[in-house]
Amino acid sequence: MPAVTRWYVKTSLGYLLAALLVGIAVVTQPVVDSFGPLAGFMPVYLHLFVVGWLTQFIFGVTFWLFPKYSRELPRGYEWLAWTTFGLLNVGLLMRAAGEPLVASGLTAWGWLLVASAVLQWAAGMCFVVNTWARVKEK
Amino acid sequence: MPRLSVWFLRTALVYLAAGFTFGALMLANKGVPFSASMWALLPAHEEFLLLGWMVQLAFGVGFWILPRYSGGSRGNVHLAWLSFGLINAGVLLVAGQEILGLPALMGGIGRAAEAGSAVAFALHAWGRVRPAYP
Repeated sequence: MPAVTRWYVKTSLGYLLAALLVGIAVVTQPVVDSFGPLAGFMPVYLHLFVVGWLTQFIFGVTFWLFPKYSRELPRGYEWLAWTTFGLLNVGLLMRAAGEPLVASGLTAWGWLLVASAVLQWAAGMCFVVNTWARVKEK
Repeated sequence: MPRLSVWFLRTALVYLAAGFTFGALMLANKGVPFSASMWALLPAHEEFLLLGWMVQLAFGVGFWILPRYSGGSRGNVHLAWLSFGLINAGVLLVAGQEILGLPALMGGIGRAAEAGSAVAFALHAWGRVRPAYP
Protein backbone atom coordinates (compact mmCIF):
# COMPACT_ATOMS: atom_id res chain seq x y z
CA MET A 1 0.00 0.00 0.00
CA PRO A 2 1.57 3.35 -1.02
CA ALA A 3 2.29 6.01 1.59
CA VAL A 4 -0.34 8.42 0.31
CA THR A 5 -3.01 5.70 0.60
CA ARG A 6 -2.00 5.07 4.20
CA TRP A 7 -2.46 8.78 4.90
CA TYR A 8 -5.84 8.83 3.17
CA VAL A 9 -7.14 5.76 4.99
CA LYS A 10 -5.84 6.63 8.45
CA THR A 11 -7.05 10.22 8.12
CA SER A 12 -10.45 8.96 6.97
CA LEU A 13 -10.69 6.80 10.09
CA GLY A 14 -9.96 9.90 12.17
CA TYR A 15 -12.78 11.73 10.40
CA LEU A 16 -15.14 8.82 11.05
CA LEU A 17 -14.50 9.20 14.76
CA ALA A 18 -14.72 12.99 14.56
CA ALA A 19 -18.02 12.80 12.66
CA LEU A 20 -19.54 10.48 15.23
CA LEU A 21 -18.39 12.74 18.06
CA VAL A 22 -19.88 15.79 16.33
CA GLY A 23 -22.98 13.62 15.89
CA ILE A 24 -23.34 13.64 19.67
CA ALA A 25 -23.74 17.42 19.50
CA VAL A 26 -26.26 17.04 16.69
CA VAL A 27 -28.53 14.61 18.53
CA THR A 28 -28.32 16.61 21.74
CA GLN A 29 -29.27 19.81 19.89
CA PRO A 30 -31.49 21.26 22.66
CA VAL A 31 -28.51 21.25 25.00
CA VAL A 32 -26.15 22.39 22.28
CA ASP A 33 -28.41 25.30 21.36
CA SER A 34 -27.57 26.95 24.64
CA PHE A 35 -24.05 27.43 23.25
CA GLY A 36 -24.47 29.82 20.33
CA PRO A 37 -21.16 29.05 18.59
CA LEU A 38 -22.08 25.37 18.38
CA ALA A 39 -24.84 26.10 15.89
CA GLY A 40 -24.29 24.85 12.35
CA PHE A 41 -23.04 21.45 13.43
CA MET A 42 -25.41 19.45 11.21
CA PRO A 43 -23.62 20.27 7.93
CA VAL A 44 -20.28 19.75 9.67
CA TYR A 45 -21.39 16.30 10.85
CA LEU A 46 -22.66 15.33 7.39
CA HIS A 47 -19.53 16.46 5.57
CA LEU A 48 -17.04 15.05 8.06
CA PHE A 49 -18.83 11.75 7.48
CA VAL A 50 -19.40 11.84 3.72
CA VAL A 51 -16.30 13.79 2.59
CA GLY A 52 -13.81 13.17 5.40
CA TRP A 53 -14.61 9.50 5.88
CA LEU A 54 -16.35 7.96 2.85
CA THR A 55 -14.92 10.03 0.00
CA GLN A 56 -11.42 10.16 1.44
CA PHE A 57 -11.38 6.39 2.02
CA ILE A 58 -12.49 5.86 -1.59
CA PHE A 59 -9.82 8.26 -2.90
CA GLY A 60 -7.10 6.41 -1.01
CA VAL A 61 -8.15 2.91 -2.03
CA THR A 62 -8.70 3.99 -5.63
CA PHE A 63 -5.16 5.36 -5.86
CA TRP A 64 -3.87 2.05 -4.50
CA LEU A 65 -5.93 -0.50 -6.44
CA PHE A 66 -7.08 0.89 -9.78
CA PRO A 67 -5.38 -0.34 -12.98
CA LYS A 68 -1.92 0.96 -13.70
CA TYR A 69 -1.60 4.22 -15.62
CA SER A 70 1.68 3.26 -17.31
CA ARG A 71 4.81 1.25 -16.63
CA GLU A 72 6.71 4.40 -15.67
CA LEU A 73 3.86 5.91 -13.63
CA PRO A 74 1.83 2.92 -12.40
CA ARG A 75 -0.42 5.01 -10.16
CA GLY A 76 -0.46 8.17 -12.22
CA TYR A 77 0.99 11.34 -10.71
CA GLU A 78 1.71 10.74 -7.03
CA TRP A 79 2.20 14.47 -6.42
CA LEU A 80 -1.36 15.00 -7.66
CA ALA A 81 -2.63 12.44 -5.15
CA TRP A 82 -0.78 14.30 -2.37
CA THR A 83 -2.15 17.61 -3.64
CA THR A 84 -5.67 16.16 -3.58
CA PHE A 85 -5.08 14.95 -0.02
CA GLY A 86 -3.85 18.36 1.15
CA LEU A 87 -6.57 20.37 -0.57
CA LEU A 88 -9.36 18.09 0.61
CA ASN A 89 -8.29 18.09 4.23
CA VAL A 90 -7.39 21.75 4.58
CA GLY A 91 -10.66 22.63 2.85
CA LEU A 92 -12.71 20.33 5.03
CA LEU A 93 -11.13 21.57 8.26
CA MET A 94 -11.76 25.16 7.20
CA ARG A 95 -15.41 24.24 6.70
CA ALA A 96 -15.60 22.52 10.08
CA ALA A 97 -14.30 25.71 11.69
CA GLY A 98 -16.22 28.16 9.52
CA GLU A 99 -19.74 26.68 9.59
CA PRO A 100 -20.33 27.17 13.34
CA LEU A 101 -18.83 30.67 13.22
CA VAL A 102 -21.01 31.80 10.32
CA ALA A 103 -24.11 30.06 11.73
CA SER A 104 -23.66 31.90 14.99
CA GLY A 105 -23.71 35.24 13.20
CA LEU A 106 -20.01 35.93 12.76
CA THR A 107 -20.47 36.57 9.05
CA ALA A 108 -16.99 38.03 8.62
CA TRP A 109 -15.80 34.41 8.69
CA GLY A 110 -17.79 33.74 5.52
CA TRP A 111 -14.62 34.00 3.45
CA LEU A 112 -13.37 30.92 5.28
CA LEU A 113 -16.26 29.01 3.70
CA VAL A 114 -15.47 30.47 0.29
CA ALA A 115 -11.84 29.35 0.61
CA SER A 116 -13.00 25.95 1.84
CA ALA A 117 -15.28 25.61 -1.19
CA VAL A 118 -12.46 26.43 -3.59
CA LEU A 119 -10.01 24.01 -1.97
CA GLN A 120 -12.44 21.09 -1.81
CA TRP A 121 -13.57 21.70 -5.37
CA ALA A 122 -9.93 21.72 -6.52
CA ALA A 123 -9.34 18.46 -4.62
CA GLY A 124 -12.22 16.82 -6.45
CA MET A 125 -10.96 17.97 -9.83
CA CYS A 126 -7.40 16.78 -9.08
CA PHE A 127 -8.76 13.36 -8.14
CA VAL A 128 -10.83 13.12 -11.32
CA VAL A 129 -7.88 14.15 -13.50
CA ASN A 130 -5.51 11.66 -11.84
CA THR A 131 -8.00 8.79 -11.89
CA TRP A 132 -9.61 9.23 -15.32
CA ALA A 133 -6.83 7.60 -17.34
CA ARG A 134 -6.57 4.68 -14.91
CA VAL A 135 -10.17 3.68 -15.63
CA LYS A 136 -9.55 1.69 -18.79
CA GLU A 137 -10.27 -1.62 -20.42
CA LYS A 138 -7.71 -4.36 -20.13
CA MET B 1 -11.19 -3.80 -16.21
CA PRO B 2 -14.28 -4.74 -18.30
CA ARG B 3 -15.93 -2.19 -20.58
CA LEU B 4 -19.04 -1.83 -18.41
CA SER B 5 -16.90 -0.98 -15.37
CA VAL B 6 -15.17 1.71 -17.41
CA TRP B 7 -18.60 3.19 -18.19
CA PHE B 8 -19.77 2.93 -14.57
CA LEU B 9 -16.58 4.46 -13.18
CA ARG B 10 -16.05 7.24 -15.70
CA THR B 11 -19.69 8.26 -15.35
CA ALA B 12 -19.21 8.19 -11.58
CA LEU B 13 -16.22 10.53 -11.96
CA VAL B 14 -18.32 12.94 -14.03
CA TYR B 15 -20.96 12.99 -11.28
CA LEU B 16 -18.23 13.52 -8.69
CA ALA B 17 -16.99 16.57 -10.59
CA ALA B 18 -20.51 17.94 -11.04
CA GLY B 19 -21.51 17.21 -7.43
CA PHE B 20 -18.39 18.87 -6.02
CA THR B 21 -18.97 21.88 -8.28
CA PHE B 22 -22.55 22.30 -7.06
CA GLY B 23 -21.43 21.81 -3.46
CA ALA B 24 -18.66 24.39 -3.80
CA LEU B 25 -21.08 26.94 -5.27
CA MET B 26 -23.52 26.44 -2.39
CA LEU B 27 -20.81 26.56 0.28
CA ALA B 28 -19.28 29.72 -1.17
CA ASN B 29 -22.77 31.22 -1.34
CA LYS B 30 -23.30 30.36 2.31
CA GLY B 31 -20.08 32.18 3.23
CA VAL B 32 -20.56 35.23 1.02
CA PRO B 33 -24.09 35.22 -0.44
CA PHE B 34 -24.24 36.07 -4.12
CA SER B 35 -27.38 34.30 -5.37
CA ALA B 36 -30.42 32.96 -3.54
CA SER B 37 -30.97 30.49 -6.35
CA MET B 38 -27.84 28.53 -5.39
CA TRP B 39 -29.86 26.51 -2.87
CA ALA B 40 -31.84 25.02 -5.73
CA LEU B 41 -28.71 22.97 -6.47
CA LEU B 42 -28.93 21.06 -3.16
CA PRO B 43 -31.07 18.13 -4.36
CA ALA B 44 -28.87 17.65 -7.44
CA HIS B 45 -25.74 17.90 -5.26
CA GLU B 46 -27.03 15.10 -3.04
CA GLU B 47 -28.30 13.00 -5.94
CA PHE B 48 -25.09 13.30 -7.96
CA LEU B 49 -22.79 12.45 -5.06
CA LEU B 50 -24.76 9.71 -3.30
CA LEU B 51 -26.26 7.87 -6.27
CA GLY B 52 -24.28 9.10 -9.26
CA TRP B 53 -20.88 8.90 -7.60
CA MET B 54 -20.89 6.50 -4.66
CA VAL B 55 -23.48 3.91 -5.69
CA GLN B 56 -22.27 3.89 -9.28
CA LEU B 57 -18.65 3.53 -8.14
CA ALA B 58 -19.66 0.54 -6.01
CA PHE B 59 -21.51 -1.04 -8.95
CA GLY B 60 -18.55 -0.49 -11.27
CA VAL B 61 -15.99 -1.94 -8.90
CA GLY B 62 -18.33 -4.78 -7.94
CA PHE B 63 -18.90 -5.76 -11.57
CA TRP B 64 -15.14 -5.71 -12.14
CA ILE B 65 -13.89 -7.46 -9.04
CA LEU B 66 -16.50 -9.88 -7.65
CA PRO B 67 -15.62 -13.57 -8.14
CA ARG B 68 -16.39 -14.86 -11.62
CA TYR B 69 -18.13 -18.08 -12.60
CA SER B 70 -16.18 -21.00 -13.96
CA GLY B 71 -14.65 -20.17 -17.32
CA GLY B 72 -14.18 -16.54 -16.30
CA SER B 73 -17.77 -15.50 -17.04
CA ARG B 74 -19.27 -12.57 -15.17
CA GLY B 75 -22.73 -14.06 -15.58
CA ASN B 76 -25.67 -12.12 -16.95
CA VAL B 77 -23.96 -8.98 -18.23
CA HIS B 78 -27.20 -7.66 -19.75
CA LEU B 79 -28.63 -7.18 -16.26
CA ALA B 80 -25.58 -5.14 -15.26
CA TRP B 81 -25.88 -2.97 -18.38
CA LEU B 82 -29.57 -2.49 -17.57
CA SER B 83 -28.54 -1.41 -14.09
CA PHE B 84 -26.14 1.15 -15.59
CA GLY B 85 -28.84 2.59 -17.85
CA LEU B 86 -31.46 2.74 -15.13
CA ILE B 87 -29.29 4.39 -12.47
CA ASN B 88 -28.21 7.14 -14.84
CA ALA B 89 -31.70 7.73 -16.16
CA GLY B 90 -32.90 7.84 -12.56
CA VAL B 91 -30.25 10.29 -11.33
CA LEU B 92 -30.85 12.64 -14.25
CA LEU B 93 -34.64 12.49 -13.88
CA VAL B 94 -34.60 13.12 -10.12
CA ALA B 95 -31.99 15.90 -10.28
CA GLY B 96 -33.58 17.44 -13.38
CA GLN B 97 -37.03 17.42 -11.87
CA GLU B 98 -35.80 19.17 -8.74
CA ILE B 99 -33.60 21.75 -10.48
CA LEU B 100 -35.99 22.58 -13.30
CA GLY B 101 -39.17 22.37 -11.22
CA LEU B 102 -40.70 19.74 -13.47
CA PRO B 103 -43.74 17.67 -12.41
CA ALA B 104 -43.15 15.46 -9.38
CA LEU B 105 -44.10 12.44 -11.47
CA MET B 106 -40.74 12.70 -13.24
CA GLY B 107 -38.92 12.48 -9.92
CA GLY B 108 -41.05 9.47 -9.02
CA ILE B 109 -40.18 7.78 -12.30
CA GLY B 110 -36.53 8.58 -11.61
CA ARG B 111 -36.65 7.00 -8.17
CA ALA B 112 -38.36 3.94 -9.67
CA ALA B 113 -35.55 3.71 -12.24
CA GLU B 114 -32.96 3.86 -9.44
CA ALA B 115 -34.77 1.10 -7.58
CA GLY B 116 -34.91 -0.91 -10.79
CA SER B 117 -31.17 -0.41 -11.17
CA ALA B 118 -30.58 -1.78 -7.68
CA VAL B 119 -32.74 -4.82 -8.44
CA ALA B 120 -30.97 -5.46 -11.76
CA PHE B 121 -27.53 -5.16 -10.17
CA ALA B 122 -28.48 -7.39 -7.24
CA LEU B 123 -29.81 -10.05 -9.61
CA HIS B 124 -26.59 -9.85 -11.60
CA ALA B 125 -24.25 -9.92 -8.60
CA TRP B 126 -26.09 -12.32 -6.28
CA GLY B 127 -24.54 -15.51 -7.64
CA ARG B 128 -21.07 -13.97 -7.73
CA VAL B 129 -21.05 -13.32 -4.00
CA ARG B 130 -19.63 -16.66 -2.87
CA PRO B 131 -16.37 -18.30 -1.85
CA ALA B 132 -13.75 -18.61 -4.58
CA TYR B 133 -13.56 -21.95 -6.34
CA PRO B 134 -10.84 -24.15 -4.82
